[in-house]
Amino acid sequence: MTPTYYLVLSAALFSIGAVGVLVRKNAIVVFMCIELMLNAVNLSLVTFSRINGSLDGQIMAFFVMTVAAAEVVIGLAIIMSIFRTRRSASVDDANLLKY
Amino acid sequence: MTTTAHGIESAAWLLIALPLISGAVLLLAGKRANKWGHLLGALVPIVLFVYALMLFFAVKHEHNREVSRHLFNWIHVGRFSIDAGLLLDPLSLVFVLLITGVGSLIHIYAVGYMSHDPGRRRFFGYFNIFVAAMLLLVLADNYLSLYVGWEGVGVASYLLISFYYDRNSAATAGNKAFFANRVGDVGLSVAIMLMFAYLGNTSFQTVLHSHLSNGVASAIAFMLLLGACGKSGQFPLQTWLPDAMEGPTPVSALIHAATMVTAGVYLIARSAAIFDQSQSARTMITIIGAITLLYGCVSAFGQDDLKKVLAYSTVSQIGYMFLAVGLGPGVYAIGIIHLLGHGFFKAALFLSAGSVMHAMNDRIDMRRFGGLRTVMPITFAVFVCGYLALIGFPLATGFWTKDKIIEAAFDKGGTSGWILGIAALLGAGLTAAYMTRALVMTFFGEKRWEDDVHPHEAPKSMTLPMIVLGALSLVGGYLLIFGGGVQHWLTPSVGPSVEEGVHTVNPTVLSILTLVVIALGAYGAYAAYGRKAVPVEKPVAVSPITRAARKNIYADAFNEAVLMKPGQWLSRALVYFDNRGVDGAVTGLAAGMGGSSSRLRRMQTGFVRSYALSMLGGTIAVVAVLLAVRFQ
Amino acid sequence: MSQLLLAAGELHNGQVPLGEAVAFWILGPLSLAGAMGTVLLRNAVHSALSLAGTMMCLGMFYLIEQGPFLGFVQIIVYTGAIMILFLFVLMLVGRDSSDSLVETLRGQRLAAALFGIGFALLVALSVGRAFKGSTPANLNGTAPTAGDPSSYAGGKVLNSNGSNVNSIADLLFTRYLFEFELTSALLIVAAVGAMILAHVEREEPKLTQRALARARIRSGRPQPLPGPGVLSSHNAIGTPALLPDGSISEESVMSGLQIGSEYENVPALPGVISEGEGER
Repeated sequence: MTPTYYLVLSAALFSIGAVGVLVRKNAIVVFMCIELMLNAVNLSLVTFSRINGSLDGQIMAFFVMTVAAAEVVIGLAIIMSIFRTRRSASVDDANLLKY
Repeated sequence: MTTTAHGIESAAWLLIALPLISGAVLLLAGKRANKWGHLLGALVPIVLFVYALMLFFAVKHEHNREVSRHLFNWIHVGRFSIDAGLLLDPLSLVFVLLITGVGSLIHIYAVGYMSHDPGRRRFFGYFNIFVAAMLLLVLADNYLSLYVGWEGVGVASYLLISFYYDRNSAATAGNKAFFANRVGDVGLSVAIMLMFAYLGNTSFQTVLHSHLSNGVASAIAFMLLLGACGKSGQFPLQTWLPDAMEGPTPVSALIHAATMVTAGVYLIARSAAIFDQSQSARTMITIIGAITLLYGCVSAFGQDDLKKVLAYSTVSQIGYMFLAVGLGPGVYAIGIIHLLGHGFFKAALFLSAGSVMHAMNDRIDMRRFGGLRTVMPITFAVFVCGYLALIGFPLATGFWTKDKIIEAAFDKGGTSGWILGIAALLGAGLTAAYMTRALVMTFFGEKRWEDDVHPHEAPKSMTLPMIVLGALSLVGGYLLIFGGGVQHWLTPSVGPSVEEGVHTVNPTVLSILTLVVIALGAYGAYAAYGRKAVPVEKPVAVSPITRAARKNIYADAFNEAVLMKPGQWLSRALVYFDNRGVDGAVTGLAAGMGGSSSRLRRMQTGFVRSYALSMLGGTIAVVAVLLAVRFQ
Repeated sequence: MSQLLLAAGELHNGQVPLGEAVAFWILGPLSLAGAMGTVLLRNAVHSALSLAGTMMCLGMFYLIEQGPFLGFVQIIVYTGAIMILFLFVLMLVGRDSSDSLVETLRGQRLAAALFGIGFALLVALSVGRAFKGSTPANLNGTAPTAGDPSSYAGGKVLNSNGSNVNSIADLLFTRYLFEFELTSALLIVAAVGAMILAHVEREEPKLTQRALARARIRSGRPQPLPGPGVLSSHNAIGTPALLPDGSISEESVMSGLQIGSEYENVPALPGVISEGEGER
């Protein structure tokens, strides 16, 4: 087994997350799928660090985590305020911006 | 060849400049000139006439009677050079005298005739501009300058026909004249272009002394003929002239009888050297002349409008002139002399018709006249003078000139000579008939006018010119023809007249025959109209010939059906094509854009997951392309 | 590269140690199953829990990939903090129609599945090809030798410089200091933004004790409502109180509760005279 396996796993997780974003309607679940994609990328970064023998990948993953945390906070706040006004957490219900 | 102008001749440009300045003053000065404008307008042609007389005598003493006056270099581009200049020769001087002489009389007449018209100043302004343009036309020493004058008289004619522009009929008549003239003008301009193309110059000096190939000469001659037909109201462009009577009567007298409409004859006489080189064009002129003279006679019968009768008579008489100038080198002078005589007697007729109109509250329907003989004796007398001159009563003007033309037509020889001669002879009879009809209906019989009309004799300013012209109508022909004076005078311009030679028909016999025909015509008309009362209303049950004559032998209907309607169809088709085709393409493109974008817009569903799907698709495509490049 | 291979002595032929391989083959399917669960489970709470499982597995991966700091941060921050936040918001929002798994957009699922599989294949194949023959470095290996540039492993500071945490701190506070400060600014902005987004402005002033008391007196009903079951045969919460004339008091029952039909026409107690009878 080589470190490439991690990368393949990462690609699979990322794709599953992307499909989840596309098929789920609950905004919170969609958000969770986005977190899954971010984590998949983090796995790649850590694996790159392993392959290259340097810690830069891990630093990068660290920053990604920070950004993800900030993003979760803001995203969930937006979902909350949308839910407050529209009484729905479905992404399909927020479809006023159209033709 | 020609002598350079000196002395009094060098100021010949004043002939054009003076009326032009006067016209400009009258038109630009506005209301301030209302009080004295007509006096200035009438004074100018008198001054010009005096000056023209002086010129006449000055040129007469020149050795070769052709004086050129170079004015300025008009167009100079490379080897291409046009000089503007004047040519004083017997032909142009004859015309100058006619224009200024008859013009002066008609101007004086117009002072009285237009005295109550609010547009009098404008009228005299246009009139003076017409005089300037007409003088430029006859004095020009090249075809291009002639063309300027040609167009100038066209404009003046248009303005004066539509003088009462608030009348729909007048505005339409002006347009009609303009369009018909345009057809002819195109012919003239094509002729000038041909001269440029083949000779590089348009001066008479060059053109008239060049030897052209037969084809080119014919082409130029036919194009010139087209121009002449348009301006002179000859078949097939004759229909505008009767309608032109919508203008004030002095206009009809000066422009549409005495001077402008004879410009075609002038053009042909001036271009005699070109027509000499094309027998077919010459034949064409005679055919046109013969057709037109009969056409005018027949149409004149159908008219109840006195001025229209005179207008058709003009058409017919110009037909005679065309016939004359078409007959050949020896007969030009006869045509010109007939033109001069016609200028006198037709002006006299028109002026007396105007006097009648003036007296009858501007009504011109002959069925409403009758018995004016006693009420308006002077007008009657002048009209009779003109009448006698026109029908060719012995010793009156027409007798001398028309007889000569008929004689020359017979003398042409062969079948064509007989046909032309008989046509001319028949025309003389018909002329006598329709003029008798007009005379009888207007001045004899019971009075048929309505009670609110109070006929009276015209003021002196109108009667005096009428009397002068009436007198000239009677004796002018004799003066002109006497001793071959004018014929000799014109020789340097149009070549010598034919001396007495072989005659097809003995002149004396022919003269007597003509007189018999004229007498028959006059008597026939008198029998038809003088013996019984003329109905006030137009009879309805009439013969087909009368019906055709009333509709001027369906020339208007023909033009409408053959030219106007297809033109309208064409323009409608073009409008349709423009609306549906061109505009349709433009608006269709826009509509297609709008339609497709409104459908494309539907892709914006507002569902964020659809957008995400397309983003993923795009990402995949980009990654695939990148990898394809990387791992190719 | 060969120098690096020599430095990582125990690694052979680019293979990871056997223990790591075993761990991968256990944790990999688990993390995939968690991810699938996140996407497929109907209940959002179940989704969140299976996502937490995936994140735990990922944390394990970080640990075995010689990134202990990141591994623990993953477990603490993600499964600890972020997933709790998710569950919290889930509970706040509650269940609604958004939980439905019925697809409303035509062809969305099929296209998403095709794109997902296509993307996974594309990336996996290209990654596999790009990193073919790559070998894992030993981040816990010996310190770089001074004067031997190749032993620096590309000039990077490795875990052997004390520990993984020390090495990452070295990097964060030296080479990545500016970025690190930027993340602090980002977090502050995020906190303020969350506050602004979640905050609800009070539209009218808070009522004081005095205002409440005045409102009660003015309502015309200062006394408390009668309790249920008074003078009745039951004392259940749905049993209305009986008034002195024997009729039931509807006020005594909480609004929203149905008054039982058996109490509608309760006969008056003997001895109690109704007003009408008194007049008679």
